[in-house]
Amino acid sequence: MSHQRTTRSALRALPLRRLLASRFVQNLTYPHGVDHYLAPLDATWSLTEVRAAVTTIRQQTHDSVTVTLAPNDNWRGFCAGQYVRVSVDVAGVCHTRCFSPANSARTAGGALELTCRIGPRSVVSRYFATTCKVGDVVRMAPAEGTFALPETRPAQVLFISGGSGITPVMAMLRTLLDDGHTGRIVFLHYARTRADQLYAAELAALAQQHANLRVLPVYTREVGTGADGHFDAAQLDAGVPGWTQMEAFLCGPAGLIAAVQDVFAARGVAQRLHVERFAVTEKVGAVAAPIAGEVRYVRSERVAENRGANLLDQAEAAGLHPECGCRMGICHSCTTRKLSGRVRDLCTGEVSGTGEEDIQLCVCAPVGTVTLDL
Amino acid sequence: MNTPDPISPYRDLTPAQFEAIGQRFDAIRNRVRGELGRRDADYIHALVRRQRQLEVGGRVLMILPPTWPLGVAALSAAKILDNMEIGHNVMHGQYDWMHDPAINSKSFEWDTADTAKNWKKTHNFEHHTFTNVVGRDHDVGYGLLRMSEDQPWEPRFLFNVPLAVVLHTFFQHFVAVQNMKLEDFLIYKTKTREQLAAEFKPVWNKMRKQLARDYLWFPLLAGPFAPLVLVGNVVANFTRNVWACAVIFNGHFPEQAEQFPESVLQNETRGQWYVRQLLGSANFSGGKLMHIASGNLSFQVEHHLFPDLPAHRYHEISPEVQAICHDYGLPYNTGSFWKQTASTWTRILRLSFPTGKRREATPVNGGTGGAQTPSLPLAA
Repeated sequence: MSHQRTTRSALRALPLRRLLASRFVQNLTYPHGVDHYLAPLDATWSLTEVRAAVTTIRQQTHDSVTVTLAPNDNWRGFCAGQYVRVSVDVAGVCHTRCFSPANSARTAGGALELTCRIGPRSVVSRYFATTCKVGDVVRMAPAEGTFALPETRPAQVLFISGGSGITPVMAMLRTLLDDGHTGRIVFLHYARTRADQLYAAELAALAQQHANLRVLPVYTREVGTGADGHFDAAQLDAGVPGWTQMEAFLCGPAGLIAAVQDVFAARGVAQRLHVERFAVTEKVGAVAAPIAGEVRYVRSERVAENRGANLLDQAEAAGLHPECGCRMGICHSCTTRKLSGRVRDLCTGEVSGTGEEDIQLCVCAPVGTVTLDL
Repeated sequence: MNTPDPISPYRDLTPAQFEAIGQRFDAIRNRVRGELGRRDADYIHALVRRQRQLEVGGRVLMILPPTWPLGVAALSAAKILDNMEIGHNVMHGQYDWMHDPAINSKSFEWDTADTAKNWKKTHNFEHHTFTNVVGRDHDVGYGLLRMSEDQPWEPRFLFNVPLAVVLHTFFQHFVAVQNMKLEDFLIYKTKTREQLAAEFKPVWNKMRKQLARDYLWFPLLAGPFAPLVLVGNVVANFTRNVWACAVIFNGHFPEQAEQFPESVLQNETRGQWYVRQLLGSANFSGGKLMHIASGNLSFQVEHHLFPDLPAHRYHEISPEVQAICHDYGLPYNTGSFWKQTASTWTRILRLSFPTGKRREATPVNGGTGGAQTPSLPLAA
């Protein structure tokens, strides 16, 4: 640990950094680059890449894992609510997923706290929970996303989250409190059971310390406890009087998002609601198109039958390795030129035109035959 | 037997047999792709680490006279590893499934004068798609040499042998300008000076960085020992050049390996493509070190059948490839390194002269049709 601190601060020394970034050293290390030769000294050393060492790993609930990361000096921080792309090596393959840090944007040293749900198909979360060790290094990208606390803080803030969707709003809450926000804050969180609730103890403690904060946990599977049931207008009216005057930030499963959006729209305050989705919600098209046609990969000279899945999965099943990252339509690593054919956007359900355009493979499924420049 | 058959230039295999051969090779490919994982990632990571140690160690050891020979050897080995088992194979996309930006065909750049971008066009696309097809595969002679009977003889080919020596010596720079097809400007006058200048720009951009690094900056850093480092770098680049060129020539130009007329490309099926790769390539035997140093191009046959499978897997699938060859009476070209080298230079010498036809009667465009004499392995 102390070794890591010294080495990292060595690179932080500006003259050394300036020397390493000079054209002279760039030429000496051409074509592999300075980072290539720094790697054996310290895995977090890099002139350009954001890399982070894992500092703690703990489990709050049986199907989640919480890790803290110490990023190197290339990390430029984040706005509470934004997400980061994290890449880890699992069985020789680099997997990239997006996580919203749950810590305050004011955390000293830029340390990050990620809480990840471990689903049946999770790769990265499972890696954190099982094989990852303290000191391991992960790669990151700068923070992204428009879901963030506005610079001008709203007078009253309502947070609504479900399950592991708590993380971006937790970051917002912690940041607001660190900034000494005095306006009213209500935190409405949905978990399946008490045992499933993330950050339960901390939320309770924060509510004790801050008179302007009210925390309302709801347990969807603990019927008859008084704090049960799924989101609806009556529950919101009863629990959060005057909520239509509050700026609302929402993150959670697709069902919760849809229900909240409906209620806000019905009361004519849809513009007050800010939403973050953390999973692709595949809308069922009004007309369920039959799966037909084929996918043509021009550059690879391959053709495969359309199986109906998103184009990234189909391309991989056809033996191609398109660049990809998040697999949920936000990082644009897999953006590829479509040369012809229609695709359906799995997030919006919209069907594209037949012309040439850039599409995101991971959230587009072919409607009939599609030709890709891949 | 009398209908022209596009398959006939290869052997007297039936379309059904070609189909079956294609399926068997596909099956090997799909199985290995399914197995790729930790072992392959560890292998390439270990090589990258070893290459870096050799490179850094070599450059340091080269500064002092007593350790100079060791330093030159280490840097030569580093450059060979970088170009062969790492660069060539990574740029084939053999490790793209790892999604590691440092080991990815899209982003990898290697320690040689040629740009990765040009290489992927002349090598991955032209050479691997049109392997040994005269007029399409520029690796057949690099525009400099006559390596096939299908290339019409010209007086300049009298210098085939000395020019081959020049090609080996300056291999990295010949490869760097390969994409420009210099002979079109110098000899055939089908290319203008302006076209050439435009094409040379990106090449020079890389070449000058390579030259400055090896022949200017590192020698200068050594202060009074600058001449030692300069000469050491020249020797290391020379060693890599000769070795890389020899490996590549042994892979396609021993007398066993066939060249093909352009007509074979018409309506070529997947199975026929596999067989052409098989006939146009030759292996050489050796120990583990020989395989790694050659980037496993000692398994040129397997490499041409499966250019994007990690090369360290080739020796594992070699018995299966040989079994398919055996089942269909196809040659599996191989021999010792020195035997293949001797055979290659025999060809270079033989083709210096305006000798007429190919060794074996090979029909053009399936003209004579029917069963053809196969290129007899080991019967030069």
